[in-house]
Amino acid sequence: MSTILETAGLTKVFGAVTAASNISVALEEDSIVGLIGGNGAGKTTFLNLVTGYLAPTSGTVRFQGRDITGLAPRRITRLGICRSFQIPQVFDSLTTYENLLVGLGIVALGRKAFVGSALGDQEPEQVAEEMLERFRLREYRDAPASVLPEGVRKLLDIAMALAVKPKVLLLDEPTSGVSADEKFALMDLVLGAIRADRVTVLFVEHDMDIVRRYTQRIVAFYDGKVIADGAPAAVLADAGVRRFVVGDVTPDAAEGTC
Amino acid sequence: MTPSRQTLGGLAAALVATLALAPILPKWALFLVTISLAKGLVVLGLLLLMRTGLVSFGQGLYYAIGAYAAGTAADVLKLRDALPLVLVGTAAAAGVAALLGLLLARYRTIFFAMLSLAFSMILYGLLVRTPALGSTDGFNVAARTVLGLDVAGPVGRFGAYGLTAACAFVAALGLDRFLRSRLGRLAPAVRDNELRVEYMGASVRNVVHLNLVVAAGLAGMGGALTALTVGHIDPEMAYWTTSGEFVFVAILSGTGSVAAPFAGAVLLELLRSFAYEHAPNTWQLVVGGAMLAVILFLPEGLWSLFLRRKGARA
Repeated sequence: MSTILETAGLTKVFGAVTAASNISVALEEDSIVGLIGGNGAGKTTFLNLVTGYLAPTSGTVRFQGRDITGLAPRRITRLGICRSFQIPQVFDSLTTYENLLVGLGIVALGRKAFVGSALGDQEPEQVAEEMLERFRLREYRDAPASVLPEGVRKLLDIAMALAVKPKVLLLDEPTSGVSADEKFALMDLVLGAIRADRVTVLFVEHDMDIVRRYTQRIVAFYDGKVIADGAPAAVLADAGVRRFVVGDVTPDAAEGTC
Repeated sequence: MTPSRQTLGGLAAALVATLALAPILPKWALFLVTISLAKGLVVLGLLLLMRTGLVSFGQGLYYAIGAYAAGTAADVLKLRDALPLVLVGTAAAAGVAALLGLLLARYRTIFFAMLSLAFSMILYGLLVRTPALGSTDGFNVAARTVLGLDVAGPVGRFGAYGLTAACAFVAALGLDRFLRSRLGRLAPAVRDNELRVEYMGASVRNVVHLNLVVAAGLAGMGGALTALTVGHIDPEMAYWTTSGEFVFVAILSGTGSVAAPFAGAVLLELLRSFAYEHAPNTWQLVVGGAMLAVILFLPEGLWSLFLRRKGARA
């Protein structure tokens, strides 16, 4: 398998705080990778750096061999990296269907001339209907996003990220805000829908059972640094990970967990 | 019927009704409707901006540019027909917006509103101090023909009225199509969540810029039609109270439909005419009271009455 996304020495400093320190991670094409770490470990900062929301202090991001460091989020999105958000970022006044249609429309616009396709659309509507089916959002089709339950907003947020047809999808805590008994069903649904498109997935997660079950590889962050990277069983057994991320309660480890 | 078919049917019926009324309406009513529809075009542009989440207190800028460009083209280029004059006015306003948009598209909320107001007041200041354009007095504008028909003729005397109605029809229909297109759907998306729009691969600034240009083109068209209808233009068209009136109509009518701005504009002109006749010293009070009532009881504008009735029937 070849590398699709690679960071080298990625560092981000905010004043006296180093949010990311020399992070070098390579994602294999078509893999599912979990990203774990305590609060403030730099997980979301890493996503923000990769997608261009933040410019790194130093280091590079390469996508399919091309240097994309410092490009704007929309350029990086167009190249094929998209993300979902920990707090769903949807269009509140639009319906579920229209939310999907906006993203699909942008993709269709990008393919053709800018103004020429302003009129006459056909294809995105069909894809939107198909996505409603795939993400089991059909019953919410015509409800404005502002009134959707949190779990459904979460699902819509992820579906919108997938609507722009990324090659790499970064999910920021897909199961946060979702009740414990619904987490596995949500992940089955999301990864099932995503895998059909053969998308490389990196997801940030706090629930170790989820990570263990759905990933082929885990990267663990602590204090802005990579402290472990490898097969799930090995990473979860790692002493540092157990101490700083999983939070095995031994007296001297307690302070490191938060 | 699909929503866009429904809009087409409604607008076409309104156009036919408007044109059929022409021979029966008294002269003052013809004038009132023509001016209202011309101003409605400006408000139609504001509707697009409001759907993008922006309120402009400076549409008078484009309204005046449309009028002055049409007037100047009539004088300098010796254009005698109304249609090319309207097209010149539309293009001039859109062109200015394409330039100013480079700056305006970076701003939102009150900063956008005030910056657009500032640009309109700069134009007002320039016009007042330009003797070649008549300074504070302005100058007269007249088209000899409308689509080749002499304005003094039996059909041609309804020319400005018919042309304005036709422009309103085409603009409303075009904007409706635009709002349902891939590009037009980005307007409410930008209003709701700019971050997400960028993360879906579209440029928020380009969307705002394009919508500014469209809105300005509509305002320019309205300005040119007003100039041809009134036969005279002056710097007041760029004054901030003119811009304020457009915002007033937009709030009065609501942004629920592309037909709302025209209905709202006709209503305001009627209200003002009657208030002026029956309460010449306190007519502003009547108009202000009407506005207050709309904001208190119909925050989505008068058009929401229509939508509510339709919803109840469905």
